[in-house]
Order: sequence, then structure tokens, then C-alpha cells
Amino acid sequence: MKTEALAWKQIKSSGYLYLIFLVPLVYFLIFKYGPMFGILIAFKDYNVFQGVLNSEWAGWKHFESFIFDPYFWKLVRNTLLLNIYMIIFYFPAPILLALLLNEIRFKAFKRVVQSISYLPHFLSTVVVAGMLVNFLATDGLINQIIASLGFNKIQFLMLPEWFRTIYISSDIWQKIGWGSIIYLAALSGVDPHLYEAAKMDGANRFKQAIHVTLPGISSVIMILFLLTLGDLMSIGFEKILLLYTGPTYETADVISTFVYRRGLLGADFSYGAAVGLFQSVISFLLIVGANYAARKLNATSLW
Amino acid sequence: MNLKGIKAGKIFDAANMLFLIALCITILYPIYHMFIVSVSDGHAVLRGDIKLWPVSPSWDTYKAVLKDPDILNSYKNTFLYTTTGTLINVTLTAFCAYPLARKKFYGRSFFAVLIIFTMFFEGGIIPEYIVIDALGLINTMWAIVLPPAIHVFYMIIMRTFFQQIPEEIYESAYIDGANDLRIFFRIILPLSVPVIATITLFYLVWHWNSFFPALMYLNEKSQYPMQLIMRNIVIAGNVAAQESAAASMNAMITGQNIKYAVIIVTIAPILVVYPFIQKYFVKGMMVGSLKG
Repeated sequence: MKTEALAWKQIKSSGYLYLIFLVPLVYFLIFKYGPMFGILIAFKDYNVFQGVLNSEWAGWKHFESFIFDPYFWKLVRNTLLLNIYMIIFYFPAPILLALLLNEIRFKAFKRVVQSISYLPHFLSTVVVAGMLVNFLATDGLINQIIASLGFNKIQFLMLPEWFRTIYISSDIWQKIGWGSIIYLAALSGVDPHLYEAAKMDGANRFKQAIHVTLPGISSVIMILFLLTLGDLMSIGFEKILLLYTGPTYETADVISTFVYRRGLLGADFSYGAAVGLFQSVISFLLIVGANYAARKLNATSLW
Repeated sequence: MNLKGIKAGKIFDAANMLFLIALCITILYPIYHMFIVSVSDGHAVLRGDIKLWPVSPSWDTYKAVLKDPDILNSYKNTFLYTTTGTLINVTLTAFCAYPLARKKFYGRSFFAVLIIFTMFFEGGIIPEYIVIDALGLINTMWAIVLPPAIHVFYMIIMRTFFQQIPEEIYESAYIDGANDLRIFFRIILPLSVPVIATITLFYLVWHWNSFFPALMYLNEKSQYPMQLIMRNIVIAGNVAAQESAAASMNAMITGQNIKYAVIIVTIAPILVVYPFIQKYFVKGMMVGSLKG
């Protein structure tokens, strides 16, 4: 009784706070929880005229049909492979850049390199995809260079074997600088006395980097690595949508692009929602798992 | 050993600087290349002659591009969506962050969980489309500016900032007879100008660059933002309108000139303001990464 009375008093005294909070709350309920409620259609045969509530129940029909569809597993493979290649090739790039920048003593030079390397982060996906499409065209910059070196021109965006290379290298180009910021911040937190001590022990700069710098930022690396693992099921949907062409679906088509194409463009709402739900659930489990692991490792929460 | 070490160190320093210079060139040259192609003579572009400098440069391509009614209109739309969207973003983000930053706000951890959960799990694009459709927002500006109104990550950054404001400020304001609403507008917001400015910039760039919501929710060309028009010109290669405009000016302009000019026109505002505002982004990123 007493705690209830106290709570009521507290609620009354924060009346204005509730007033301020009302609009954000309604926003989250409509635009974030509304779609979650709409997931119901994954278990129904959604019909525009009957709406979410009145459409016929379909049970697990849609889930069964995509699990037994060989194309669906191709999508899972493409999604995972693209992410795994991202981890192998993209993930170390900003760490390396941060380590190299850290060795620069000429401060003005370092600042200029940083400013330039952050720039592509601010370009839109359409701009980056547009640059790729035109640079990689048969008469584009890259093929001009290839031809001037005496090789045959390559129709990059028509060949499935090139898609992942294009996707990942352009991501490195766009994000290496911005991604290095967090590591540079961590590097500036490494205790300078450790370097002094290592120097006393006769460690050269390479050894200092291995034995002082890297351990100093290892917890940040670990956290970001776990976050990347948590994102394993989702991948830069917009860039793929802009870059893939019929012939490259073989390697380029991922779960989210398929949901868009089949579910929205093909107006197969229930099936699309089911595939989307499958992806959301696995992503959710991965993120929760990654967050749990990070918490265990670091004793500090990510959120 | 020491002398050898110093020499090896110098070689490393030189190699390191060369590598970083090469990186900068790799980042900048593609943008520069688009610019010099866009201003060069079309014949030279077709021959693939544009390497380091423009060839017989002129602004004809830009005149043709900036005359195009679709492009101009899309610029206007983007401007409208960006300003309206950012205004909604910043207002709602602050409205959300302030109560959550107050210790006395009863139910604050419940609401925080409710909100943070949406970072991890979402309905997906199909159910979202159905909600937007049910609200009758398809083919309106609101389908573009309302769904992304609060970015949870930025909200957390703002809440962290609000939380650092000392409790004594509230106490003395209460003594002066102010209520929580008044404190928010008269004290907290003025104290939070740096974080609000940074988050405004994040939202501005997001809206400026956004294309997928428009692709999904807008069907009328007259409503397209410039990212969508740019996609049709640059990626799908629909350059006929601009080519005929160029032909009427007797300018030798290729599709390539036009595509690159359109890209440059889109990124120009970002390139112009970037050097001045870059440090605010980095600061925001730091706050977010350390506290987020």
C-alpha cells in the first residue's frame, strides 16, 4: 500500500515529464510497435481488403514453403558469405589505419589524412553506387585503365564472381576512415608510461605496437567484433539493391533484397513478412548473444 | 642496435607516410575525376582522354543539368524533406531524451527498455509498409519524415548529455518556482546547444542522403527527392532529357558528363560545408562510442 502511494505521488509530481514524453511514446507505439503487430500477417494469407486482423490464418505455411525452397538457402548463403568476407577483409582495415595514423608524429599531416579519410562516409549510398556503376562500365575509368595496360575489358557488374569484391572494396573505401575514429579514441587512452617502460626494456616501435598498443585497444576491438557478429544477418541492403543486376543475383541477392522484391514489388506480403521475420529473429538472437558475450568479457554494458 | 633501430624507424615512417598519401589519393581521385570529366569537352570524354586535368572545360553540362525541371524540383523536395524531417527529428529526440534522463520520471526504466528493444528487433519492411499504408501516408511527405523521427542511438547520446547536468540546477529552479516543462525549455535546452547541434547535423546528412523510403513510399515523380532522381539518371542511365537540353545549347555533352555533373551537384553542399563541420561529427561519434 505504502509503495503504491509513493509511486502515485511520484507519477503526479512528474506530470509535465509525461506530457513531454507523450508524443515520443505514441511515435514508438505506432511506427515501431505497429509493424511488430503487423508481423501477424506472416502467419496469415494477407489480403489488402480484409486487413491484418481479418485475413485468413495460414499457420506456418509460409515458413515451410521458404524452408523447402532451394533458392532461400542460396539467399542465406549469400547473406552469410558477404558478411563473413566483410569480417575478414573490412573489419581489420580501420584498426590498421588507426595504428598507422598513431605512428605519425607530424600532427598536421595526421589531421589532414583523417579529414580526407572521413569524407566518403558522408556520401550517400546512391552516390557511391553511381560512382561504381560508372567507373566499372565498359567505357568507365577502371576499364580505361585496364585497357591501357593491355588487358581485356571486364563487365564487372554483369559477372557474379566480381560482386562481393566490388561490394567489400567499395565499403572499405567509404568507411575505413570513419571506422578508425573509435580506435583512435581508444589509442589516445593508452597510458604513455607503458611506452616509456617498453622503451626502457629495449622494445623498438614495432614491438611497442604489438605489446603495448594492441593490448591497449583489444577490448574495443573485441566489442566491435562482437557487434559485427551480431549484425551477421543484415547487410547493406540499399547498396546491393542499387548495384545488383539480374545476372549477379547468384551471388548478390540476399534475404533483405529478396523480401523487398518478392514481398513488396511482387505484392506477396505474407510470404515476404515471413522471410523478414525469420531474419529478424535470427538477428535478434545474434545481437543478444553478442551483447551478452561483450558484457561477460568487459564487465561494461554496451547499452 | 640503436642506430639500426633508428634507421629502420625512419624507413618505416617514410613508408607509412607514402601509404597514407596513397590512401588519400585513392579517396579523393574518384571524386576529382568525376568533376574534371563533368566539365570537359564531350569528344575528349568519349576518347577517354581525361586523366589529371579537364580538357577544354566549360560549365555547359551544369547549365543543362540545372535547367532540368525534374532535377530542380527534386532539389526542392529534398530541401523540404530535409528541413521538415530534421525539425521533427530533433524535437522528438529531445522530448524523448529529457524525461528518460530525469531520475524522478516514474517508469523510466520500463520506457527505456521499451525503446531500446526497437533497436534489436523490428517488424521488417513489409509490416512497416502496411502500417504506413493503413495510416494513409503513401505518396505524402509524411511517409518520408515521420517513420525515422527518433533514431534511438542519437536519443541515447542526448540523454547521456542531459544526465550530466547537475541535479542542483533542478533544485534551485524548483525553488524559483519553475516546473519541469519550463526547466526543459529555459535551462536544459540552452545548456545543451552543443549536443543538439551535433545531432542536428547527423539528421541533416541522413535526410539529405536518404533514398530508400522515397523509393518505397512515393510513386509520383513530382515528389521524388534528388537521391531518387539521381538514381534514375546515374544508375539507370536515363539521360535523354538532359542530352536534349544540351543539344539545344549546341554543347557537346555525353551521358557521362551529365551523370558526373549530377553527382557533383548532389554532393557539392556536403563538400562545401564538410571542412567546417567535420569536427562536430567526430565529437558526436566519440560521445556516442564512449557512452553509447
